[in-house]
Amino acid sequence: MSSFDHPSFTAAAGLVRTAGVTNVSRRGFLGFGAGALVLGALLPSGGALARAEGPAAVAPRPGTRVAAFLEIGPDGSARLLSPFVEGGQGISTGLAQIVGEELDLHPARFTVDCAPPGPDYAVVNGLRLTGGSFSTRSSYGVMRRLGATARDMMIRAAAVRLNVRRDELATEDGRVVHAKSGRSLGYGDLAADALVLKPDEAVQLRDPATFRYIRQPMGRLDARAKSTGKTVYPIDQKVDGMLYAAVRHAGHLGTEPLALGNEPEVRGMPGVHSVHRLPGAVAVAADSWFRARKAVEALDVTWSEPRPTGIDTVAADYSSGGMLAALKASKEAGIPAEKDGDTAAAFAGAAPTVEAEYDAPYLAHAQLEPPSTIARFNADGTLELWVPNQMPEVFQAVASGIAGLRPEQVIVHSPTLGGFFGRHFMYAPANPFPQAILLAQATGRPVKVLWSREEEFLMDAVRPLSFSRFRAALDGRGQPSAVEVRTVGEGPIGRWFGEVIKSPVDSSAVEGLVEKPYAIPNRSFSFVKLAHPVTIAFWRSVGHSMNDFFYEGFLDEIAEAGGRDPFELRMELLKDRPRHRDLLSAVADLSGGWRRGPYEAGDGRRARGVAMASPFGSETATIAEVSIENGQARIHDIWIAVDPGSVVNPAIVVSQVESAAALGVSATLFEEMAYEGGTRQARNYDAYPILTRDAMPRIHVRIVESGAPMGGVGEVGLPGVPPAVVNAVAALTGQRIRSLPLSKARLSGV
Amino acid sequence: MTEITVNGRIHEVAVEPETPLLWVLRDTLGMTGTKYGCGIGQCGACTVMIDGQATRSCQVPVESLGAAKVVTIDAIEDDEVGRRVVDAWVSVQVAQCGYCQSGQVMAATALLKGNPRPTDRDIADAMTGLCRCGTYNRIAEAVRLAAG
Repeated sequence: MSSFDHPSFTAAAGLVRTAGVTNVSRRGFLGFGAGALVLGALLPSGGALARAEGPAAVAPRPGTRVAAFLEIGPDGSARLLSPFVEGGQGISTGLAQIVGEELDLHPARFTVDCAPPGPDYAVVNGLRLTGGSFSTRSSYGVMRRLGATARDMMIRAAAVRLNVRRDELATEDGRVVHAKSGRSLGYGDLAADALVLKPDEAVQLRDPATFRYIRQPMGRLDARAKSTGKTVYPIDQKVDGMLYAAVRHAGHLGTEPLALGNEPEVRGMPGVHSVHRLPGAVAVAADSWFRARKAVEALDVTWSEPRPTGIDTVAADYSSGGMLAALKASKEAGIPAEKDGDTAAAFAGAAPTVEAEYDAPYLAHAQLEPPSTIARFNADGTLELWVPNQMPEVFQAVASGIAGLRPEQVIVHSPTLGGFFGRHFMYAPANPFPQAILLAQATGRPVKVLWSREEEFLMDAVRPLSFSRFRAALDGRGQPSAVEVRTVGEGPIGRWFGEVIKSPVDSSAVEGLVEKPYAIPNRSFSFVKLAHPVTIAFWRSVGHSMNDFFYEGFLDEIAEAGGRDPFELRMELLKDRPRHRDLLSAVADLSGGWRRGPYEAGDGRRARGVAMASPFGSETATIAEVSIENGQARIHDIWIAVDPGSVVNPAIVVSQVESAAALGVSATLFEEMAYEGGTRQARNYDAYPILTRDAMPRIHVRIVESGAPMGGVGEVGLPGVPPAVVNAVAALTGQRIRSLPLSKARLSGV
Repeated sequence: MTEITVNGRIHEVAVEPETPLLWVLRDTLGMTGTKYGCGIGQCGACTVMIDGQATRSCQVPVESLGAAKVVTIDAIEDDEVGRRVVDAWVSVQVAQCGYCQSGQVMAATALLKGNPRPTDRDIADAMTGLCRCGTYNRIAEAVRLAAG
């Protein structure tokens, strides 16, 4: 089950905690009460827009008002206003396929833009967000119906215009055709009449057997623009008269600028407009970003002191090693996350037992586009933002609070993102838009704030450092009879949505550990919350990004202790799970048949590892092949069988699985955002290595459409990769890696 | 005032001589197809061609250009090899978020202009830009396709 499926999350989705902003408000900058909740315009029943006067007073049922989604040009081209932000995942193309299929208009004739805030677009369980691998699966039915409703409106308008009966009309790629008389009308001619008709939602949907666009590997609508530099990302936006601002943040999160030693000199530097103090930062506005940055780097800033010690804040001695030690040392009793059978009895009679501790580090998103925001106050009192975001209504609501406006006075533009991977949720101190608003207020000019790569690595919200302790009991046949897991830490759901969900167990901290498909009769999983003082984030595949590594690594340890082949053991534990067995067979087949090794491969010895995962409503089975070069793992091939139930664009699914797998390789081999002395150690890609071409394995993907309910796609290729690789390393070297990244370990040559 | 030649046109720009070409392109000339990724020559998102050589424009002070000819992604389809590279990029469906692809396409174009039949080793040596979406295999495939 994915985190956002949680019923109480859906029920109260309009409430989003903005801890960082409220922290800022305590310093008197932003006018929120401490612990305030911001009410987003998210729910049909309670959103800010729903409270507006006039026609907006009755909120539409999300995804039904055709005019909110579709504009048809005189030439018959369509503009689709998407509930989702495009950031590389291909959702714009997928939506054009879904809507185009039912509307009967070729997807290539669509342009797709992210819609402004509004209750029409709350199509993810009554909420609007781009994340959780939710977009297609949550909106597939709604978007089909929307396209079919729009087609019906075209037909009704044409019936009036041609003065014929509706049932004599058909459609043909953007035209309504009256076969009897040989007459036809293009959608472009009909749009003005059609889009004011009352939508009839009871329309017939197309028989899937006749699909022409859905399930086809169509090319992405943005492929050419992205290959010619024409896509306009947040960083590329420009408005008349804007100032460019560069920022320097406190090295220790939570400290403040106390004094600027050389402000007059800096103010006199070329192009500088003004110098500013902000919450936790200093800024310079200038007539170009390079000049602004030079000036802000030249500022002589005295910062307040962090607390000397502890993990309640990012203290002067805070370190990721210290945080991990604290997670390991916790003695607090856990809250049950999953419980079945009688583990105590199973352990009492067990021989042998297996125990292990696993951990994974803080990770940066490291998306190639550094974050930026333009803020402009308009003459009519509105605030206009061009802002990277994954939840437009939440950004609108928080921005309105900062600016002292009503939410509907804030216009939010959500441009195509230069990668996100979870980067652009509301992470208070990790979002540049509050600074843009404050600077636009202070200067009386539109301001574009851009964070340098160094500031981005300093302030990015990070995948939480994580820790779990495992124990398993084996029966006489080497089968696991019981598993206990104790997880200590904090997940992003608890941090950012905790006041909404109020679940004692943070699903984003334990997903990937619980609800496994394996037939292990006695299970006892517990969770202890221990908060991180750093800004934590959703990061591609969230809890699955580390927990499937933990669990599937440990499952191989169980196999080894029981003298079992890890593939065969999984097959046996899945004996009542045909969907999972099929998938495991599929990946074995894709890789040329399961073999663990080690074996000779011409240029040296190699071995393979296998892992399964159940992320975001989909299922995956993964096999990786590795060798060892100079004490480091080289990954040659990764085979992934993925079952998302059913798919819209198989080519984009393959691309997404390749991409997620590559990020999994990167995290497995290289990535770690370390803290020492209260500050982050890496401030650019030279010190935070990410996957390069040299280390990129071949990735082979097979889509299995089991017909199960549609699952997620964007994140699901990742979770199986770290454990498959680590299990292959263990098969090859005998070294069991329980702490990532692999680059920390010196692997034995073989 | 510094004179620079970009995409066949001479521009006069009033910036400090040490200003990196990247920021002159983006902020002074408004040519935002060339991307800022890291500012330290690591990621390659800002790659342009200078006298035909793939060059990371964040590392090039504008004063060092002299009469050198700068070609950016904005003019890529005016170049025959560049157009072929773009077509290959579309055909292979390389781009996901697309942010690094301006630099990747420029690097590929420069490679093929100097070496029309690159080996896999040549491709690996020339195509060193970072891609967080992990499109490396498709990048190589597209370069091979463009080479024909």
